[in-house]
Amino acid sequence: MFDDFFTRALVAGIGLAITVGPLGCFIIWRRMAYFGDTMAHSALLGVGLALFFDMNIILSVFAVAAGVSLLLILLEKRGALSTDALLGILSHSALSLGLVLLAFMTWVRVDLINFLFGDILAVTESDIDIVWGGGVLVILSLIYLWRPLLASTVNPELAEAEGLEPQRAKIFFMLLLAAVIAIAMKIVGILLITSLLIIPAATARRFARTPEIMAVMASVIGACAVTLGLYGSLHYDTPSGPSIVVAALLIFVVSLVPIGRRRSGDDHDHRLAGPGGHSRANGG
Amino acid sequence: MLDRPMSDKEMVPQGAASTRGAFEARDVLVSLSQAGIRRQGRFLVRGVDFSIRRGEIVTLIGPNGSGKSTTAKMAIGVYRADEGKVARKAGLKVGYVPQKLAIDWTLPLTVERLMTLTGPLSRRELLDAVEATGVQHLLKAEVQRLSGGEFQRALLARAIARRPDLLVLDEPVQGVDFNGEIALYDLIKTIRNRTGCGILLISHDLHIVMAETDTVICLNGHVCCRGTPEVVSRSPEYLKLFGARAAQTLAVYSHHHDHTHLPDGRVLHADGTVTADCHPGDGHHDDAHHDVGDGTCSCGHPHPDQPILRLNGYTPEGRPRV
Repeated sequence: MFDDFFTRALVAGIGLAITVGPLGCFIIWRRMAYFGDTMAHSALLGVGLALFFDMNIILSVFAVAAGVSLLLILLEKRGALSTDALLGILSHSALSLGLVLLAFMTWVRVDLINFLFGDILAVTESDIDIVWGGGVLVILSLIYLWRPLLASTVNPELAEAEGLEPQRAKIFFMLLLAAVIAIAMKIVGILLITSLLIIPAATARRFARTPEIMAVMASVIGACAVTLGLYGSLHYDTPSGPSIVVAALLIFVVSLVPIGRRRSGDDHDHRLAGPGGHSRANGG
Repeated sequence: MLDRPMSDKEMVPQGAASTRGAFEARDVLVSLSQAGIRRQGRFLVRGVDFSIRRGEIVTLIGPNGSGKSTTAKMAIGVYRADEGKVARKAGLKVGYVPQKLAIDWTLPLTVERLMTLTGPLSRRELLDAVEATGVQHLLKAEVQRLSGGEFQRALLARAIARRPDLLVLDEPVQGVDFNGEIALYDLIKTIRNRTGCGILLISHDLHIVMAETDTVICLNGHVCCRGTPEVVSRSPEYLKLFGARAAQTLAVYSHHHDHTHLPDGRVLHADGTVTADCHPGDGHHDDAHHDVGDGTCSCGHPHPDQPILRLNGYTPEGRPRV
């Protein structure tokens, strides 16, 4: 069906972008950008272990990323160091452990660049199955988790008080994130995954009035970035992963300029004309 | 929600406080007995005893860090009690307004979307709740742009829309001016009277509480004293101080402590001993002090914590009175 390498790349890339859009929204709402980065960096350790034990790379990356996130939850509970410092420790130690492990295995020849920055043009049909199959599972799980996750993003104690189990939602969310990182590694690479999570979501914020709309828009914007980036990389003969990120950045920058100003003006007017005076009248 | 006709069962007579005997055991929503929370080897609160019944308003007061929020969270199961027992009615539905709610700007959240944050609502339920709290004109407004009072009202609307058995309000009048405070207390009273839910209120003010309060509990790591508030409107002096409308809504609470909390955290008891902490079982307390009931005290010990009503125009927290 997808006999052309470029079509395969496009189909896989768009599938990935649709999957990561909503997750990326939660990453920025919950201020977890560094956390996402840490999980992504730990993927290299997953690659090293997979090659060492001759396992499936995607499963191994998922296991290591999930393990790192659970480890972080445990360390956070002990409360000895700030989350920021813990992330710094875990992020770069996992990356370095992966690099050292790969260096030890002199019998394995790996192209490190492909893991770090992605190799979307080498996507096979079975990769497409994994991206779309995994993507559908991730999105369905996220829809199931949506309410507790959103409520605990606003306030975990409020969610807990009203019976929504925020801790369970958080752990499930981390597992979804680990799955997405495992799927995305081949396409944009370990070092660029976070940007595909964050940039489309940040772009969507200005145009969305509800969390749900923002999640859908993040997916659409991500898909546009993948398309634009891949065509750009074909046209200018640039590396594909970074080209996708540059395209996402361009969309973000364009979104900032004219519409952003007009909308903030609208809001200002609404504010002046609107509710301010009212509430006091109602207070009586 | 507030407009629908009430069945007899849900109706709570005015002045439910004085008819406490009429409540039956099944009306108890939450009851804490000798409950405590320990963190890093230290008790944040300990030996807390109280219960909230349907239609009852319980107000927690105490200085900063005295464990008011901790106690409330323990009562509704956000924290598990490390000591003692907390019993909740089976299937208890809680509506919670937390003390601090910082919503990141990146989350697009209108008042309308906020309403269904923890559960679905019918359009009717949603509209009734926002009308009851007077925020119906703000439905499309983003919560991050609301003023302090508007935001509190939106949070209150969200909490009552789900028709809770127990409404927990953690400092609902913070960031609200004096008139707004009176209006919010009026609203809370109306909600109690119309729905008959129990209300656990945390107040930042040590001496002024909502007049409708049935039981005031003063915390400082433990229950320092408890009682009922004295209605302000009885005293012409207070009437002059607060104004007629406020006087109906606010009440003064007189503390009757048998001990003093020293600056280093130790406790000086009325019998002259000093201990590291303070709880009912330490043998320094006359039991009557911990359940006076009517707020009076007949012990003859000195009471260093008697209320200080500053008549120079400021509350004990330094907020100007209007």
